[in-house]
Amino acid sequence: MRTNSLLPRLLIGAYLVVFFGYLLGPLIVMSITAFNSPSFPKMTPWECLTFEWFDVLARDERILTGIENSLIVGVGTVILSVIMGLSGALMLTQIWPKLRATYYTIVIAPILIPGVVLGISTLVFWDRISIMLGMSTGGILHNGIFLTILGQSTFIASYCMLVFIARLQRFDTGLTEAALDLGATPVQAFRKILLPFMKPAIGSAAVLAFLASFENYNTTTFTFGKFPTLTIELAQKVRYGINPSISALAFIIIVLTIIGALIHEIYRRRQQLALANGAPVAAVSGGFQLPKIFRGNPAAIILVLLALGGASTIWFSQSYSPGVCKMDVREQKRLIQEERIKEIRAKRQLELQQKQLKSPDSSGDIKSDAPVTQSPGKGAFGNVFDPGNLDKAAPKSETEKPAESPGKGAFGDVFAPKNLDKATPKDD
Amino acid sequence: MTKGVDVDLENVWIRFGDFVAVREANVNIKGGEFFSFLGPSGCGKTTILRSVSGFLEPSDGKVRIGGKDMAGIGPNKRPTALIFQNLALFPLMKVWENITFSMEVKGASKAERRKRADELLDMIALPDQGDKLPSELSGGQKQRVAIARALCAEPDVLLLDEPLSALDLKLRQHMRTELREIQQRVGITFIYITHDQGEALTMSDNVAVMRAGIIDQIGTGHSVYNDPATPFVASFVGENNVFRGKIKSIDGDMALVSTNRTGELLARIATSAQGKMNVGDSAMMFIRPEACNIAEDISPAANRFTARVKHEEFEGQIYNVFLEGAEGKEIKMSLVNVGKQRQSAEDNNLTLEYMPDQAVVLPAGELASE
Ligand SMILES: Nc1ncnc2c1ncn2[C@@H]1O[C@H](COP(=O)(O)OP(=O)(O)O)[C@@H](O)[C@H]1O
Ligand SMILES: [Mg+2]
Repeated sequence: MRTNSLLPRLLIGAYLVVFFGYLLGPLIVMSITAFNSPSFPKMTPWECLTFEWFDVLARDERILTGIENSLIVGVGTVILSVIMGLSGALMLTQIWPKLRATYYTIVIAPILIPGVVLGISTLVFWDRISIMLGMSTGGILHNGIFLTILGQSTFIASYCMLVFIARLQRFDTGLTEAALDLGATPVQAFRKILLPFMKPAIGSAAVLAFLASFENYNTTTFTFGKFPTLTIELAQKVRYGINPSISALAFIIIVLTIIGALIHEIYRRRQQLALANGAPVAAVSGGFQLPKIFRGNPAAIILVLLALGGASTIWFSQSYSPGVCKMDVREQKRLIQEERIKEIRAKRQLELQQKQLKSPDSSGDIKSDAPVTQSPGKGAFGNVFDPGNLDKAAPKSETEKPAESPGKGAFGDVFAPKNLDKATPKDD
Repeated sequence: MTKGVDVDLENVWIRFGDFVAVREANVNIKGGEFFSFLGPSGCGKTTILRSVSGFLEPSDGKVRIGGKDMAGIGPNKRPTALIFQNLALFPLMKVWENITFSMEVKGASKAERRKRADELLDMIALPDQGDKLPSELSGGQKQRVAIARALCAEPDVLLLDEPLSALDLKLRQHMRTELREIQQRVGITFIYITHDQGEALTMSDNVAVMRAGIIDQIGTGHSVYNDPATPFVASFVGENNVFRGKIKSIDGDMALVSTNRTGELLARIATSAQGKMNVGDSAMMFIRPEACNIAEDISPAANRFTARVKHEEFEGQIYNVFLEGAEGKEIKMSLVNVGKQRQSAEDNNLTLEYMPDQAVVLPAGELASE
């Protein structure tokens, strides 16, 4: 049995590695490039640990207003979608049973319709409305934030509704009846009984709606007008080439997500713990206390680690200056180039000598050239594959940079986002 | 203390589409009475109760509470409080908040509510449990909280929908007594629903026995048990042995029935059937297990019959003896255990006798299914 189970286990292990590699690999690579100094996001060759891309990010006006717009749209969408989703779900429980399937299909449909279609139809629909009402093109109905919130909510509200329906199915309508029976008005019964019951679902739906709104591109791209959201900005940026400040943004988002998930998990465990402790059996038996300590600790440890990690990162980023390292890298590159120049010179000499060799003198010259030909990894024609060759394309910028802006090379960078802005001012 | 008020159902019909859940119910419940609806599951008990509490309007007829027609008055405006079959305690509220919910919706202050909750918690013998959540209570405790919550609303009529069905036997028997005590203390009208005839008989002043939407009989526990109005009531309330046959002769309120298997037997005609039965009618005769005894004299008589014993059971305070009856059915006889070791009579013929006025004759009809 045991010998048999080894192979499947290995296979499962391999599968897991591939699976998680596929899932998480891109994210990890992206995160690492945020800390590497080359101005194009890359993980290898590793040059210098740097935090400058976070600086670049923090100074990128377009990204910042994009985030701001995304947040405004996100909050608006959360409010609108949660309200619409909740009323839609409640409606489902109220209407005539025979109509329920039809109603369900209709309100779920927006999830199935492509976001692009929703975006276009939102734009066209509200434009018509605006014209019918005789409003100017600068009016609210043409406002990018307004249209984006409406457009996104059309399908995000359906997502929210699914969350609410799932929760409502577990609701005992007897509770509402009990409240009415005890003298509550329907409004009181809703507010004091159903709403508290729906609270966890409202929380989940709000998070879901916010994330869906934050990451939405294809609907927003038609509706954003003068208010590009983060995804729109990123897409436009990528069109003109990117730098690792986008990796830095990705890293921040990933970290925030992980922290959020951890907090949620801790909270959930606490609740479970409270439930387990609330059970009458647990109150008496001492055996239940051990798991409490045991289970409580990982959460605390994670929190402490997070705090420590956060603090040390901030301290490190403030005290650490990648300048020295960068100088080193440049120095190295310069050395490599010098070496290459030497080689070329040596090669020329060799050629010269070979020509001269036809005349029978100067055997000592060959000896003096030996170290050059022996240099490891560099056959006479091997230079083509030398990574250093890549730099040949831009040898000038490499050597000029330190002169232009010592210490903070990023702002002199040709790829700096600011330069992009200058290049495309008419873009939006 | 609020005094209970009358509840009257006048010719109430309740239909769900084509399905008739309640048919022509006429019930008069007096103020301060403990009244039970007894019937098998699905016979329409809950439906009747919901029409009294206001969650359902009768399709026809009138519901009056305290003489006032309740048509168009919602559940939150009626002087009733309902204890739900599943209790329906609010899971997210503490016990004391549950109990005083009816005060909260009327805007009572927290201090006021807390005080009232403590009083009621004392009354239901759960002091200092107010800050727990319902999920932290045992079944019996939840039961009492539900009662306290309903009483806190100071209703004139308390409606209880099988409130004890979720409890185990011991607790159920204990709660019966407790409920009856509470009812007598607060003096309001209790309308109690159950499918358990033991509950109905022990607690109620009056019982309505229901069968598939129809109320067969209304009366005291005694009359329902001893003087059933229909074969259904006779067979549903308590255990009964049924003998089918035809009326041979009638003498006053006594009738001689020629049964299919056990010869001619004498029995009293049930009150509801007196004057309505004729010689030759097909009839059903009922003899309770505890009304049978082993005959000392085995000569044939109109109150004796002989059958073969199939098996016996010892139940503690009684012996049950099962004899071969008609149509493969068994005749059950219960003998009180008087402490002597009983000689088993299995596989022998046994002659039983009974007091003719303890046997009841009714026109043949539908029996309760087992
Ligand atoms: N809302 C409803 N719609 C259709 N049929 C119902 C509804 N409520 C109850 N019924 C039917 O009415 C009958 C009586 O139900 P109920 O009063 O709940 O029985 P019980 O005596 O067990 O409390 C049952 O057959 C049930 O299926
Ligand atoms: Mg019921």
